[in-house]
Amino acid sequence: MTKATATEPVENRTTATLRRIWRGISVPLVAVLLGLLIGALLLIASGSNPIDAYRALIKGAFGSPVAIQRTLEKATPLIFSGLAVAFAFKAGLFNIGAQGQLLVGAVVAAYVGFSIEGLPAIIHAPLALLAGGLAGALYGYIPGALKTYTGAHEVIVTIMLNYVAINLTDYLADGPWKDPSPTNIVARTPKIFPSASLPLVGNVPSGFILALIAALVVWWLLYRTTLGYEIRTVGLNSSAAQYAGIRVARMIILTMMISGFLAGLGGSVETLGINGRFQPGFNTGLGFDGITVALLGKTNPFGVIPAAILLGAMRAGSSQMQFSAGVASEITDVITAFILFFVAADVIVKKLIRQRGVDDEQVKLSTGWSSH
Amino acid sequence: MNGNNNHQAEEAPIVLEARGITKQFPGVLANDRIDLVLRRGEILALLGENGAGKSTLMNILYGLYHPDAGEIWIKGEKVTLHSPGDAISRGIGMVHQHFQLVPVMTVAENVILGEEVTKAGGYIDKRDANRRVRELSELYGLEIDPTIEVDDLPVGLQQRVEIIKALYRQADILILDEPTAVLTPQESNELFRIMHDLTEKGVSIIFITHKLKEVLAVSDRITVLRGGRSVGAALPSESTEASLAELMVGRKVILQVDKDDARPAEKVLEIKDLEVLDDRKHRVVKGLNLEVHAGEILGVAGVQGNGQREFVEALTGLRPIVSGKIFIAGEETTDATPREITELEVAHIPEDREKHGLVMPYSIADNMVLNRYYRPPFSRYSILDREEIAENSARLVEKFDVRTPSIYTHAGNLSGGNKQKVIVAREFSRPVKLLIANQPTRGIDVGSIEFIHNQIVAQRDAGVAVLLVSAELDEVLSLADRVAVMFDGQIVKTLPIEEATREYVGLLMAGSEA
Repeated sequence: MTKATATEPVENRTTATLRRIWRGISVPLVAVLLGLLIGALLLIASGSNPIDAYRALIKGAFGSPVAIQRTLEKATPLIFSGLAVAFAFKAGLFNIGAQGQLLVGAVVAAYVGFSIEGLPAIIHAPLALLAGGLAGALYGYIPGALKTYTGAHEVIVTIMLNYVAINLTDYLADGPWKDPSPTNIVARTPKIFPSASLPLVGNVPSGFILALIAALVVWWLLYRTTLGYEIRTVGLNSSAAQYAGIRVARMIILTMMISGFLAGLGGSVETLGINGRFQPGFNTGLGFDGITVALLGKTNPFGVIPAAILLGAMRAGSSQMQFSAGVASEITDVITAFILFFVAADVIVKKLIRQRGVDDEQVKLSTGWSSH
Repeated sequence: MNGNNNHQAEEAPIVLEARGITKQFPGVLANDRIDLVLRRGEILALLGENGAGKSTLMNILYGLYHPDAGEIWIKGEKVTLHSPGDAISRGIGMVHQHFQLVPVMTVAENVILGEEVTKAGGYIDKRDANRRVRELSELYGLEIDPTIEVDDLPVGLQQRVEIIKALYRQADILILDEPTAVLTPQESNELFRIMHDLTEKGVSIIFITHKLKEVLAVSDRITVLRGGRSVGAALPSESTEASLAELMVGRKVILQVDKDDARPAEKVLEIKDLEVLDDRKHRVVKGLNLEVHAGEILGVAGVQGNGQREFVEALTGLRPIVSGKIFIAGEETTDATPREITELEVAHIPEDREKHGLVMPYSIADNMVLNRYYRPPFSRYSILDREEIAENSARLVEKFDVRTPSIYTHAGNLSGGNKQKVIVAREFSRPVKLLIANQPTRGIDVGSIEFIHNQIVAQRDAGVAVLLVSAELDEVLSLADRVAVMFDGQIVKTLPIEEATREYVGLLMAGSEA
């Protein structure tokens, strides 16, 4: 494919961009359709009417202002964790640890939320958010530093650190930071002060707006700043990065910290906007779903948003579906799994839609254990 | 030898024929009604620049692409090749430029891979495999130990394994895609001997290359491709390098670099007793001393693997230095980072353009600022200026004649020569005091070589100190003002160009004190 000649019409930037966008979204789009199709077949096989079920699902997710609010609430932490995973991908790092970073962020945000009294909301809420983000960043620093200084692979380290985070936050919620009210018998922190909580803007959770802003900032950071250029260069070709004078080790640590910061923010938003406190078990899976969201969004910061909303909608709508169509809500998990399957096995989808050639900045799921 | 072979080849039956092969890619007509005839026991050289359509044509003959039009005839039978499997079963074997070997397996295991012979119970019969490989290697004069791991073989022998692999699958038509691109001159000569032995056993060979000397030395007939078309057939006995170059490029090519005498000035690079380790922690640069002055080209000649790579990497900050000192423009850079060295106005054309020189999935525009993105005008306060980056790239693409549909084309989609031009453009587009060029023209087309050589000479004339490291002796001899011969991690001798005859330098390269 190297035969570019001077006679060829010069492609301008807009068409190139449009083409790139289409290349980016075509596979996830088809994957979603295929996932829904297989879901429908499963529904038929189990004796349900897929049209009724999907209608109920959509109604439950978007049918009323409250439904939309629930969908957005479900999507919000997924945008953050999706951004976290996608961001690390750009530097060639597979951050499985978004879950742990999110938990640490959630518990620290809760602590700042319930322990400081008398702050105005304009200071308290941002402070709690920031604290949660920084906790996530610090938690992301560990695998980054271990990779840089000892060569320990971030996948292994972050998986381990997820368990550490689960037990650490359990301990905090059941020990020093436990809700001391006499009626409480479970492991959970006290409720945060109202000044720390994130309000609704109309029917839109303000955390969701923050998530959109975060996506914009992440995109800007990646594609419009020298730091983003450095991070992407490291991810795509670390030898060339070294040649270009980029300090690869520093970039790996920094990337993991920013990724952890985003995941930590996701946890904070969940604490401050939804749960109002930290309670073990309430955030389960949000970080792992970030991996799904990042892949479905093709690791593009803007792609993460619809991907998270899709997952959020399935979560929000599944109970309605169970209620009015009598379909087990787990079917949405099955559909999600199939969607992810088709995104990961994109060769199948590409064959289907006859798309050829290579992606730019393709996600390498097969990143070697010895990279960097 | 050629004449004799020619005669035979004319008589020999046609084993492979392509008629009117046409292949369109989006925006590019890669093959335009190409005809090609290969006779039994001959070596057909397929000559053309990068992007001329050679690889496309071969991939069609190997069943990887389907032609939009045209016919393929093998041994008198019209065939449609759906996959490489089809091609293999009809006796076509291909040795790709990048080998398809499993490094941790032995030679025999690689050869039988996919065609394993099993004993009862499904176990691979290794003894039988070794025996078969040994038989093949004796039959065709391809000496090799079947039990050695491929990882431990030098490149030339790995290529031999690829050839044996094809022969094991009963190939009698061999396609060799740029086989000498990765070989030392000695290894190339050995390959040519093997090719002749093979043809005497009735194997027919298509030899893809853009190196004119090789074509003249080894082929029986020549087909030249340009811009997707077959522009001519020639016989080596009736051709010269100049006539072939003209056919290939479509205009007269000056093979000799045209340059005035150097006017060397102050010392820019000084290296004292440099010692460097390779990746396996072996000492491969062993007390190297060298000086390069402004306004001269110092050519480092040497057989590959004598420490050149590690030497250049140490010089450019990519590899730590064990001992010794380096000074660039009077400043010590022994422990400097790549960026600090770049900041001293040092340009570096790296040996491996795809590994170090470019980020393949990046656009040309982004690649053009790879080591300057952090400075104005390309960024201010850490924010990239996309317009400046685009303008810079458009200007350089124009000035350095990079053939591309757009500055947003990915570097990975460019031909080798154009990739190298992007690097050269980037490195020469800022003030330069010292140019370090390692294998600047390896594997690229004549037109690009000519262009890059002229650029290097222009830099010299502008007062730049040039350190040229090349395994191609011809390149060193035609460009350099002084020649330093590297052998076993040291500079064994430095000569003015007038005293550097081919024979003498060749002896020094081989380690003879002469």
